Amino acid sequence: MSWSHYAYYLIVALMMIGLYTVISHGNLLKKLIGLNLFQVSVFMLYIGLGAVEEGSAPIIKDGVETYSHPLPHVLILTAIVVGIATTALGLALVVRIFEAYGTLEEDEVITRDAAEHDGVAA
Amino acid sequence: MSTFVLMNVSLFAILIATALAITRLRALYEATMLTALFSLVSASLFVLLDAVDVAFTEAAVGVGISTVLFLGVLALTRSREAVTPRHRLWPAGFVVLLAGGTLIYAVQDLPSFGAADTPVQAHPVTETYLEESQHDIGIPNTVTSVLASYRGYDTLGELVVIFTAGVAVLMLLAHAPRPREHLVHRELILADYRIVRVISKILMPFILVFAFYVLFHGDYGPGGGFQAGVIFASGFVLYALVFGLDGARQVLPQSVLLWLIPLGVLLYVGVGVANMLLGGAFLDYNSLNPGDPEVGQHAGILLVETAIGITVAAVMAAVFFSFAGRRLSR
Amino acid sequence: MTAQLPALQVIIPLLCAPFCVLLRSRTIAWLLFLAAAAGSLACAVVLAEQVSDGEVLSYSMGGWRAPYGIEYVISGFNTPVLLLVSTIAVIVAVYSRRSLAAEVDSKRIPLLYACFCLNLAGLLGIVATGDAFNAFVFLEIASLSSYALIAMGRRRRALLAAFQYLVVGSIGAIFILIGIGLAYGVTGTLNMADLAQRLPEIYGNRALSASVIFVFVGLAIKMAVFPLHSWLPDAYAEAPSAVSTFLAATSTKVAIYIFLRFAFTVFGATLVFGTLTLDRIGLLLACLAMVIGSGAACFQSDLKYLLAWSSVAQIGYIVAGFSLVTASGLEAAYLHVINHAVIKAALFGAAGLLLLRLGSVRLTDLAGFGRTMPWTFAAIVLAGLGLVGIPLTAGFVSKWALAMALIEDGQGLVLAVMLVSSLLALVYVGRVVEIGWFREPSPVIAASAVTATSATSRSSTAERLPRSMTVATWTLVLLSLYFGIDATLPATLAESAATALLGSGG
Repeated sequence: MSWSHYAYYLIVALMMIGLYTVISHGNLLKKLIGLNLFQVSVFMLYIGLGAVEEGSAPIIKDGVETYSHPLPHVLILTAIVVGIATTALGLALVVRIFEAYGTLEEDEVITRDAAEHDGVAA
Repeated sequence: MSTFVLMNVSLFAILIATALAITRLRALYEATMLTALFSLVSASLFVLLDAVDVAFTEAAVGVGISTVLFLGVLALTRSREAVTPRHRLWPAGFVVLLAGGTLIYAVQDLPSFGAADTPVQAHPVTETYLEESQHDIGIPNTVTSVLASYRGYDTLGELVVIFTAGVAVLMLLAHAPRPREHLVHRELILADYRIVRVISKILMPFILVFAFYVLFHGDYGPGGGFQAGVIFASGFVLYALVFGLDGARQVLPQSVLLWLIPLGVLLYVGVGVANMLLGGAFLDYNSLNPGDPEVGQHAGILLVETAIGITVAAVMAAVFFSFAGRRLSR
Repeated sequence: MTAQLPALQVIIPLLCAPFCVLLRSRTIAWLLFLAAAAGSLACAVVLAEQVSDGEVLSYSMGGWRAPYGIEYVISGFNTPVLLLVSTIAVIVAVYSRRSLAAEVDSKRIPLLYACFCLNLAGLLGIVATGDAFNAFVFLEIASLSSYALIAMGRRRRALLAAFQYLVVGSIGAIFILIGIGLAYGVTGTLNMADLAQRLPEIYGNRALSASVIFVFVGLAIKMAVFPLHSWLPDAYAEAPSAVSTFLAATSTKVAIYIFLRFAFTVFGATLVFGTLTLDRIGLLLACLAMVIGSGAACFQSDLKYLLAWSSVAQIGYIVAGFSLVTASGLEAAYLHVINHAVIKAALFGAAGLLLLRLGSVRLTDLAGFGRTMPWTFAAIVLAGLGLVGIPLTAGFVSKWALAMALIEDGQGLVLAVMLVSSLLALVYVGRVVEIGWFREPSPVIAASAVTATSATSRSSTAERLPRSMTVATWTLVLLSLYFGIDATLPATLAESAATALLGSGG
């Protein structure tokens, strides 16, 4: 493990906290929050790949020689948009699920469905 | 240890602490606010890593729109999370160990962080994007030229993703039951408070002008259609918060929004189709003005940035109105 | 104009979506989706014609040449999938009009068709692209629209199914994003051809190996490979019938295609299957999927759930095919992609007819329907025989090809598992036949079915099934029979696909 990769190790730690939140939590909103954390941490990985320590933002100016790479920035702009689109759709589904079941806990939703299934025919 | 490293590490420390707090918190309002903080700190990190456009967008989206949407949904639902059952923790831990282990293994062979001689920097596209773009496209902000021209097709895809989300949210939430009158009148109207009312009225034009500035200044500095669209939408979110949803709907009726949402996508695809008809490839802006390609590129980029701004602003406003409208009807 | 076809293939459905939202009329939206599907089918046919001699077409988006811009690549390996997706889209478009009218709130239908157009554009975009990141973007278009489509199901369970798919699917997408990012970090490029050229120099790089793993785990989620299939049964069973028909036939198949595209033409078979032994893992998972999928299908109490679980097993066959990494194995995989898509679409289509008529597809409610609805019953039996793999059906052709490929490679154990799975398929198809033909309809359920029907639709339509839906279903059934008798078309496509995949630097 080399010191020069410190940022990547920290990014991996962040990603895993996000991933853990998505999988372990049963609350639908918390899952979306976790998904957000996971996503933003992956953005850092990309930005890290393009960054140059002594560089500057890739807006061309006279007298600046080193720039960070613009391509990862473009990719992540796209990915941020994808992220908010997923979040918005997920939240809309959360609202509808809450209206239909009266709860936001995945386990409870499944129990209520099973109860309906065993009782009166759907 | 250089200041660069020191600042990075301290930002990461804040981020990890915030993320841990978010997972542990069962109060969802607090978790949402901390998520906004997380976004804000990561935006700072992006600035530090020279990704100013990304930082701008992350701040506008993660701290702004995303938080507002989460709060809107919390108001409609329940803000307390149940205790996570133990049986959920083990599989999650297992997946995280596997994925995390693989990643730790992987990053050791990535090039050093912040180095200037990585494969990413050495690849021939770097020269094209940083140097030849000045001649081919003539825009100082290379992020904008890569976004709107070199990889303009990805950006169309991105716009279509946000369009899809807008359509999907409208489809899921648009047809709410009719609002009950007595509930509508009990809503707290912030406009009753004079200071709030006056200040937000003063702010409104500045927010909108700033959105236009961000839209048209994207060639020279951080900014562009997406950020402008989000700022534009946030202006209307503020308006709706202060003057109530009905007031905002009068300024920006649902029918107008439903018209604007597809308009941006049509404009973007329309530019591409026009290029095809003029004999170029899809989104080949050079074909707009074959005599002087640089003029064609400028025109094309401006058109597609405007297209992005229109659809993004309309989708964000429509999504917010859908969530807000849901509350009135319950 | 033909030079623009690779772009038009995706642009046509993409352009139809905003018009659906703009015009907001049910009929116009339906016509737009039909036009989008027909337009992309026309493009796919012409393109398939053009590349049939082994040529590779490249189209530079924005006029920027490959590693600098995004390129579309049309070759023998993707034309079969383009043809498949757009053909199914046309048939589903015909089917969807009456089916959706009966199952979905009429105000939502124009927007739903917009989602259909977007989904089609997304799927075609994934298939046509030659850029790794662009594939991710179009994957998200396809995924987001399918979450929305699934959520439109009749029961509240559909909402949960859509949400669970959204969470699992997003994790998959982020995994793919990580994988692409790692590969980008060690090469500096996103273009698939450029990646393929630069990667062999750094074989053994740990970031590269991890990149392969992340891309493939992410895609395995989208493909619903066992044990990452958990989203599929609920999603397919709870979606509106037209949506189940379309998604079951196309979305996992496109994921399989892009998996093959990455494995053979980007990372290279030597790395993926040689060093990382994804072939052995693939065979193991395929065996598990075949047995557990078919086994679970036998215990379902709802026809659509039964069909969805059978998809899990059928994906196992396809995975087994390409995990052999031989020309005949790949051919068998492609063949089964085509045949299974047609068969499963026919079955979901028939299930939609039952749902329209009986108001439910729970197996207990289906008792005796073979006598009241002989034609629909016949469609289910004929397509079901294809799932089992009885001679003269399409399923037989591809299973035979797979069996031959397995024998050639000396995989006797996998062959045995395949036979067990086919026997299980016989059990679950037999169960539907037994219930539909030999069981007396219980009077209580028959009565409740009648009330359900009159509640969901007008009593006049309850007596006769809409012709468009029966025609679409039967087209699929007959297509599956035709491919069973004369397999020239799918076999040629599969062969040229296998050649193109193995030929390009595998």
